[in-house]
Amino acid sequence: MLEFDDIQHMLLTRAPAITGRYEFLSFGTPAQGRAWLRRVLPIVQSAAAATASVDSEKRWVSVAFTWNGLRAVGVDEGSLASFPAEFREGMVARARMLGDTGANHPDNWVGGLASPDLHAIAILFARSEEERGRCVKEHDAFLAETHGVKVLSSLDLEATPPFDHAHDHFGYRDRLTQPEIEGTGVEPSPGSGAPLKAGEFILGYDDELGPVHGLPKPDVLSRNGSFMAYRRLQEHVGAFRDFLRQNAATPDEQELLAAKLMGRWRSGAPLVLAPDRDDPALAADRQRNNNFDYGKMDPLGYAIPLGAHIRRMNPRDTAANINRRRMLRRGATYGPPLADASPEDGRERGVAAFVLCASLIRQFEFAQNVWINDKDFHELGNERDPIIGTQDGTFEFKIPKRPIRRKITGLPAFTTVRGGAYFFLPGLRALRWISELGL
Amino acid sequence: MADRQNDAAARIKAAAKEGDWTQPRAMAIPKEGYFELEKGRYGPIFPKTPANYGFTIIAKIKPGREEAVRAHGMTLQTAVDGKPDCLETLKLHYLRWQVFPIEGALYFMYQGIIDTDFDKYTEDAVMIFTSLGVDTVFTNLEGFPEDWKTNPEAFIKFVREHHHPSFVEYGEYPFVSAVEIKKALRIKQSLSEMLDSMQ
Ligand code: HEM
Repeated sequence: MLEFDDIQHMLLTRAPAITGRYEFLSFGTPAQGRAWLRRVLPIVQSAAAATASVDSEKRWVSVAFTWNGLRAVGVDEGSLASFPAEFREGMVARARMLGDTGANHPDNWVGGLASPDLHAIAILFARSEEERGRCVKEHDAFLAETHGVKVLSSLDLEATPPFDHAHDHFGYRDRLTQPEIEGTGVEPSPGSGAPLKAGEFILGYDDELGPVHGLPKPDVLSRNGSFMAYRRLQEHVGAFRDFLRQNAATPDEQELLAAKLMGRWRSGAPLVLAPDRDDPALAADRQRNNNFDYGKMDPLGYAIPLGAHIRRMNPRDTAANINRRRMLRRGATYGPPLADASPEDGRERGVAAFVLCASLIRQFEFAQNVWINDKDFHELGNERDPIIGTQDGTFEFKIPKRPIRRKITGLPAFTTVRGGAYFFLPGLRALRWISELGL
Repeated sequence: MADRQNDAAARIKAAAKEGDWTQPRAMAIPKEGYFELEKGRYGPIFPKTPANYGFTIIAKIKPGREEAVRAHGMTLQTAVDGKPDCLETLKLHYLRWQVFPIEGALYFMYQGIIDTDFDKYTEDAVMIFTSLGVDTVFTNLEGFPEDWKTNPEAFIKFVREHHHPSFVEYGEYPFVSAVEIKKALRIKQSLSEMLDSMQ
């Protein structure tokens, strides 16, 4: 039985927010950090609370810590040592393996995210801009009273219009796919596979192999928690549109090329089910928009190229051990939208995303290391993920086509990593336990 | 000397990048098993050589377990007979298993030649072995973690700790993947069928 009243809401629910803000925090003394935590604790909702109040609620708050942050609030060394090595090392130390090199290197990250002083993140999702303003003012006021808690940086989230469906700055519809968790009562959409064991995402429950060993100690700290990889990915919208124009003659062909890179039309319709023409009705139909596989329906990638983003990030029936590699995605877009006709304005815009999982090394890091950046993935020879792979102009993208495939060489980088960190998102009981350490 | 070794290594790496299979190559490898430390998810990445990627796992067999180890030869054969693509994910060329004595004790050696850095698919390998039942060969080895069935990380650690990197590897047709070889053979086969049908 999942403890819905203890699990932080963002693990299990998606707030109907259109704005929000992340604040990246650094604590002075452990007592100061805990004083801050005691202040915010009452407004951190559980999944149960968020579900019950979703229609009336205007804002949703989550709190998570880096490993340095857990130490900074006074968690003891024995407990700190019981966390997995990759979390202890942090995202910066894992940069090379993750593909965060060149322009993506932590040396170039912004907002103090690469700093060991990054201790915690406060995540705000808000229903309106007005509500965000109110919450930020409130937090500022209370930070002014709470000594020794510093905001290293913050990031305002903005959904991009039109607001009737979630999409990124490139114009792709998002939030169509996610693994469903056994015990939540949510039926996976057709084609999405069976619900997964909660332990794949939430600590303290059986995972796909059964009981889980070696969880962080003490139990009260790890139970109902999750690990969270944060990625701030700038989207180079101008470069993306230039690329489409340079490589496809007509607007229709540009749409098809955009769809080939993703595996779905910008409407969200999957190419396996709508190979030649967009189908917005299919895109919006939850009963149909995931109802496909690759092995039987598109083995050679004539519809969705083997290297397309969604085919890499979830190879479905064409990967072994797939249930041990799934991830929950949360987050939002940030920065101003770039109007269709506008040239690149040089302002930063992108996706500020969280990947949640029970094991960073087995789920998130595997995805980065193999699915996103292994140039030989699916025997592709010289390709990386066209949307988020580490691209330096030397990789290609192949589009299977009869009689012969199309090969686009010298793919530019459409995204750049501007920051990232590994966080632990504790359950509410664990947050309370931390807040009372030393009392 | 070190410089000359590094130059030669750089040339071979360039050939590897181009996938130049036309010239046979040998590559001497430093004692650590790699030229520069590059960390994969679970530890250092061992480089691609003219014999591609690979591993050599050597471990001592528990007393009296030789027959149990050897019995796994048939387990693997049966598994692959029943489901020929069961090892596909591992991007293998060849596997070799041996038992041999050193000073009265018996050792198990397991070598594989593969097309991907082993670290990338470690968990998949463990899962596949588990599903085929050949994982239990390891329970006959000294130092193998008791809780391996539910603790895949311990399995991975054991494999890493018992891996002995090569100090030289040779390839007559270097850097070619198993998939490319199978593709070439398929083309040859189709070509000869075509020629036959033109008689
Ligand atoms: C700029 C950054 C990114 C953009 C624009 C982007 C865009 C998209 C879009 C439009 C979809 C299809 C909609 C859906 O299936 O819900 C998708 C799917 C997905 N993305 Fe991303 N994504 C980005 C970054 C990431 C990152 C960092 C990860 C994980 C490391 C990731 C993992 C996935 C996964 C797992 C899917 C689902 C695939 C499936 O189940 O079929 N994405 N992405």
